[in-house]
Amino acid sequence: MVEESVTARVQDEYEIVIGLEIHVQLLTASKMFCGCSTRFGAPPNTQVCPVCLGLPGSLPVINRRAVELGLRTALALNCTIHPQSQFHRKNYYYPDLPKNYQISQYQYKDHPPLASNGYLTFTFDGQVRTVRIRRVHLEEDTGKLVHVERDGTVLYSLVDYNRSGVPLMEIVTEPDLRSPEEAREFLSRLRTLLQYLEVSSGRMEEGTLRCDANVSLRRRGEPLGIRTEVKNMNSLRAVERALSFEVARQREILQAGGEVVQETRHWDERREVTFGSREKEEAQDYRYFPEPDLVPMVLDRSWIEEVRRTLPELPEQRKQRYVEQYALSPHDAALLVEDKAMADFFEAAVKLFPQPKAVCNWLLGDVMGYLNARGMEFTDLPLTPEKLAGMLKLMEDGTISIRLAKEILEEMLATGKDAASIVAEKGLVQIRDEDALRAIVEEVIAENPNPVRDYRAGKEKALTFLVGQVMRKTSGRANPDLVNRLLKERLHG
Amino acid sequence: MAGEITDLSAVELRERLARGEISAPEVVEAYLQRIRALDPQLHAFLYVDAEGALMQARKVQEQVLARSRGSEADLPPLAGIPVAVKDNMCTKGVPTTCASRILEGWRPPYDATVIERLRKAGAIILGKTNLDEFAMGSSTENSGFGPTRNPWDLTRVPGGSSGGSAAAVAAGLAPLALGSDTGGSIRQPAALCGIVGFKPTYGRVSRYGLVAFASSLDQIGPMTRTVSDCAVLLNVIAGNDPRDSTSANLPCPDFTQALRPEVRGLRIGIPRECFVEGLQPEVREAVLQAADLFSSLGAICTEISLPHLDYALPTYYLIAPAEASSNLARYDGVQYGYRAPAGDLYTMYARTRREGFGPEVKRRIMLGTYALSAGYYEAFYLKALKVRTLIKRDFDAAFQDHDLILMPTSPTVAFPLGEKVTDPLQMYLNDIFTIPVSLAGLPGISIPCGFANGLPIGLQLVGRAFDEETVLRAAFTFEQHTGYWKARPPLGGG
Repeated sequence: MVEESVTARVQDEYEIVIGLEIHVQLLTASKMFCGCSTRFGAPPNTQVCPVCLGLPGSLPVINRRAVELGLRTALALNCTIHPQSQFHRKNYYYPDLPKNYQISQYQYKDHPPLASNGYLTFTFDGQVRTVRIRRVHLEEDTGKLVHVERDGTVLYSLVDYNRSGVPLMEIVTEPDLRSPEEAREFLSRLRTLLQYLEVSSGRMEEGTLRCDANVSLRRRGEPLGIRTEVKNMNSLRAVERALSFEVARQREILQAGGEVVQETRHWDERREVTFGSREKEEAQDYRYFPEPDLVPMVLDRSWIEEVRRTLPELPEQRKQRYVEQYALSPHDAALLVEDKAMADFFEAAVKLFPQPKAVCNWLLGDVMGYLNARGMEFTDLPLTPEKLAGMLKLMEDGTISIRLAKEILEEMLATGKDAASIVAEKGLVQIRDEDALRAIVEEVIAENPNPVRDYRAGKEKALTFLVGQVMRKTSGRANPDLVNRLLKERLHG
Repeated sequence: MAGEITDLSAVELRERLARGEISAPEVVEAYLQRIRALDPQLHAFLYVDAEGALMQARKVQEQVLARSRGSEADLPPLAGIPVAVKDNMCTKGVPTTCASRILEGWRPPYDATVIERLRKAGAIILGKTNLDEFAMGSSTENSGFGPTRNPWDLTRVPGGSSGGSAAAVAAGLAPLALGSDTGGSIRQPAALCGIVGFKPTYGRVSRYGLVAFASSLDQIGPMTRTVSDCAVLLNVIAGNDPRDSTSANLPCPDFTQALRPEVRGLRIGIPRECFVEGLQPEVREAVLQAADLFSSLGAICTEISLPHLDYALPTYYLIAPAEASSNLARYDGVQYGYRAPAGDLYTMYARTRREGFGPEVKRRIMLGTYALSAGYYEAFYLKALKVRTLIKRDFDAAFQDHDLILMPTSPTVAFPLGEKVTDPLQMYLNDIFTIPVSLAGLPGISIPCGFANGLPIGLQLVGRAFDEETVLRAAFTFEQHTGYWKARPPLGGG
């Protein structure tokens, strides 16, 4: 049903309108309103206290660090900061919500959120795009339900409150995105920004970055159409695929003269479809009201300015610096800075092996290729700047050839060993002993009379073949320059 | 001996303990004995922690003996003094029910800040006292575990919601008690039981561990037989708590320093709006006589106006239930407390709450849910917040040229059990003079100021925000010049 060309076709007739709501788990040591640890993966219900369990009598206290991270993000997104903001209660019943209300920030007239009215600019499809940020606010995460099933039936559910109260930042965009591809690109840029700000690990697969999307279609120049909200998209790719599906689905309905139902739809990753819940959705009334257990949050002007002054280097700035400082091409620099972990790695490696272009090429080439083939994140790699620099040095001093280096790197990425030990273990040291190589050159010449003849007849290409044969016989350990020279000497001689 | 011990004030008890004339276990035994003798009639306690109290008493006694050669100053301020605690404050490992079936059997894994402070001060927690379920009520008849009776007349209510604490102190079952006050729940039962009940300024005492009814109004305070005991207990529980964001970050004075019999020049305002229809004539008389006494001691009493007083009750019955509807949402059967058996989640929620909550709690949850609902929020909740501001301003204006406001605590003396329990509006009118003070967040004390047909009458003194000292000074002066506080209810028990 969904084809690649759908977006293009729909854009002819309808305009796609997409807005995103992004939930970001903040990288704080403790929770939003209590001192419990936020560490991921601890045994269930071991990182809890009366506050995040919502026990009777417990009270919340705002985590200053979470506010600082929210502030940092808001400043980087060019938002207006509201020096006085208010927390609210969002009331609804669900077993993963121990108080049956979530402490959040709701925009109600004179109660602004932490920040609003920002924007993020990026290049997409050769054009500079600006997506407006409606608001940035803080709230607490819920616990997690674990359903215990037998034969496909849920027997009972358990609640793990370790995640309950983990600080969340919600970023809401205006409906400024015009295609699923653009939505993906925006989200990717935002994720990179959050990593640079050190406010989030940005791992969608682990749920530390979650994205819901509102999507609708309209004929050009007409008011906004009826939207659906798409949830459960756990990767950048899923965002693009789910939105493409949803756009196609809405388009079919509209073209058939039908009306889109305003509803929440879930992305089914396996079947690649969105589906609405069968139950009829009631309009939820969350009965927001100011959280009486917290006084209004007042931010010192001087603190806001201090956070602004101490903002870390952002991706765009770093890209410029790479072009100037390391003479990288803007294209390479852009690719490199997209992943903060990789860019940090690059700089550390260049300190040890001061050939930026070479380091960059290895990272963007072999290392990226390795990651993409396996769907891994850079931070999953056991590679250290020291190890990469070590390998590059071995290559520079001629101990290993480029071809060997590629092999060795792959092994380094898989095992975490350093280049020198791999070389030693496998006896991969380059053969530079002329006498040893001469013998092999003789063998190759004897075994390949035709190419030898071709070369002597002036076909330069035949030499490449002969070099390759020598390399094969030495399992790539021969020094290619040396082989070249020896072959030429022998064939000309 | 037991009778004598339970007749002593906390200050007196402490002196005798320090001098070694009595021991902490003796004190606790005397109170436990009196509880065993009288509480079956009164039902002031929901839980008596006899074992825990005796163990604590023995520990304190060791300290006393260890310091026997030292001075009194070495002993913590409440060493060996029993305290009864309203059962809506969390006590680690000791049942905390809020007098609700929905929390039956729940034992908190932590102590409320006030409990921590009491323990640190050497106090001995005797047990947990009865209340209207979740502190919602003015008679303690809304308890899920049966009503408390007024020691002065067992056919009458002790007031509420801190009726258990009030009755316990009045009957000599505890020298000190903690209550909580949202719209009058310390002051009104103190008035009806003839004791001292002080609701400090909102933010003066930490709410951490106080099970919330209405967060913007709830405040813990002392319930005692004398104003001096009240100041001693307030000293222990008051002060900033980093775990309660709404607790005031202000220095706390030594409240016992305010206990001076001196009101000369004190400007006391008497709101004319209080003396209206519905005020029992004897109460009116007693309160006006109290004003005369203050005048005779050199205070300057003048009539003032609090023009928005009439709106306090409806304002309160929007704000408090709105907050309560959210605060009480957590009692859902999922994690703790009562859970009704059911086949699916939503049926479990509904049944648990239907069976776990009593009628008054349900009424307020519904009121509050309604007041916060889309389409009604502005008309009800927001409007109520605005009126609350107007009421605060009335008080601000009055305090421009007055140091204290004097008014009745409750419009009537204790009423018979069952009389108002079926008529919520009549019941709500009990708090007509205490609610405005709560809405304004001001400190208000109720002290005994007379009797009508053998039933105590309460006088309410209200001060500026965080000026508990003036309130205590005036209350202490009044006490020094009257004998109402010495009267004891006609109970047996020895």
